Amino acid sequence: MKVALARLPALATAALVLGGAGGWLGAAEPLVPAQLKEETVRLKDAPGRELTEGRCNICHSLDYIPSNAPAMNRAVWQKEVQKMRDRFGGPLTDEEARQILDYLDGNYSGKP
Amino acid sequence: MATRRELLLAATGGCLIGRVWASDGAGTVAQVEALAALPGKKPLIRRSFRPPNFETPLADLAAPLTDNGAFFVRYHLTVIPRIDPDSWRLQVSGASARRALTLSLAELRSGFEQVEVVAVNQCAGNRRGLFTPRVPGVQWGGGAMGNARWRGVRLREVLQRAGVAADALEVVFGGADAPVLPATPAFVKSLPVERALDESTLVAFEMNGRPLPHWNGAPARLVVPGWVGTYWMKHLASIRIEPRAFDGFWMKTAYRVPTGAFPGARFTSQETAETTPVTELLVNSLIVSPGSGARLSRGAHAELAGKAWDGGAGIEGVEVSVDGGQRWRDATLQRDLGRFAWREFRFVLDTSRAGRLDVAVRARSRNGAKQPDKLTPNPSGYHDNIVQAVSLEIA
Ligand code: HEC
Repeated sequence: MKVALARLPALATAALVLGGAGGWLGAAEPLVPAQLKEETVRLKDAPGRELTEGRCNICHSLDYIPSNAPAMNRAVWQKEVQKMRDRFGGPLTDEEARQILDYLDGNYSGKP
Repeated sequence: MATRRELLLAATGGCLIGRVWASDGAGTVAQVEALAALPGKKPLIRRSFRPPNFETPLADLAAPLTDNGAFFVRYHLTVIPRIDPDSWRLQVSGASARRALTLSLAELRSGFEQVEVVAVNQCAGNRRGLFTPRVPGVQWGGGAMGNARWRGVRLREVLQRAGVAADALEVVFGGADAPVLPATPAFVKSLPVERALDESTLVAFEMNGRPLPHWNGAPARLVVPGWVGTYWMKHLASIRIEPRAFDGFWMKTAYRVPTGAFPGARFTSQETAETTPVTELLVNSLIVSPGSGARLSRGAHAELAGKAWDGGAGIEGVEVSVDGGQRWRDATLQRDLGRFAWREFRFVLDTSRAGRLDVAVRARSRNGAKQPDKLTPNPSGYHDNIVQAVSLEIA
């Protein structure tokens, strides 16, 4: 089974090597079993897509974005982006967060 | 053929009580539902690729015990190790433990009495995708749940082997899955010490007579009958007995409901004036067949079948209404598999008249609680146990 890492940033691959726990932790499952074809998730083509794809696929697949669209508006997206940075430790500058928010609100507020 | 959306719109137009579900049980979840199989699992409804979040299709919830291959899969974090059961070790320690223990799977199996419990494992967010107003999170339909026979040892005995000091307040559980970035909080959960010491709480290594599937927490997971799935720590790695309330993200920020909004056990060491952890399952039911939109032949025998469950008081009755909630009649309850299991029900439908039939189901717990008609709003979309309806066509 191949690890579908092609679209994951370098940060994500580093954590595949598991340490500690007395040595009983086996190799990690591939983050996404290749046959599931995560790469079929495509965000809408609009300004900000590449930045959003690059930052928002570090910790999870991009399908979290379209699937949540029906629950979203600008204010809720703003809270979510803040949560990804402040609670979960996502690397995002203020400027990047603003651009991503514009992209998300413009393309994924309401419709998947 | 009508699309699902059309069916749903048509159905909500005329139904007087309950929320009508779409034919596949996934309700109003707008997404195209892709079926996909994780290695070793059957095709399930994919809610996310990474981490893998997969729900059980309605058809696979028909059996009394949910097949291991079809059982739902829920992860928050993406680094999920394959664990060699022979070298796996469980660490038991903590400031309120008299001594630290390290247990192998063989020691766990042979050192304590093995016990079984049939229990519903339901994700706190089950049915979130049906919530109004919509709320963010994994957009589950109705299949983030299942009922299985769990075999393992009592957590209580493991804790007592370590020795529980008088000042113990919470027991804290860690699993072997991990975040991609170290800054993301590890998935760690705690239970009140009394719930951890309850005789029904298990460290389980078997599910329906087979070793736990990898994606359901091999080689050992916690089983907390009557409490939502978030406490059922998978790939269990560490247990700590502590004199203080655990303050990690997944306790103090996530998995919370407004204080006082819902019935069920309180988790007082984690409670604030505003919010409190989601704890016990509320009384609930699921119509398994016929699916909404089904056509029944006029005059032919037809039966409604489904499941009802609660947080462990047990199901006292299930009522069915075919007239928009004016009259309720008792369904027949099937075999009792224990108070933490779901209870199957059946109800013979009158198919003598052609036309539309709106059927609503309401379960009642032995503690007196009934399924409500209205959702209690909460920001994470938990505890959706409102009356469910299906719209059938007799022709
Ligand atoms: C540092 C890790 C990390 C990064 C980077 C990250 N997320 Fe998340 N995200 C998470 C975790 C952890 C969850 C919870 C997953 C679960 O419970 O299934 C989550 C969940 C979500 C959810 C579901 C709602 C919720 O709050 O649980 C959405 C929507 C989401 N992320 C969007 C984004 C977007 C948009 C970005 C890019 C700005 C992003 N994420 C970047 C870690 C991250």
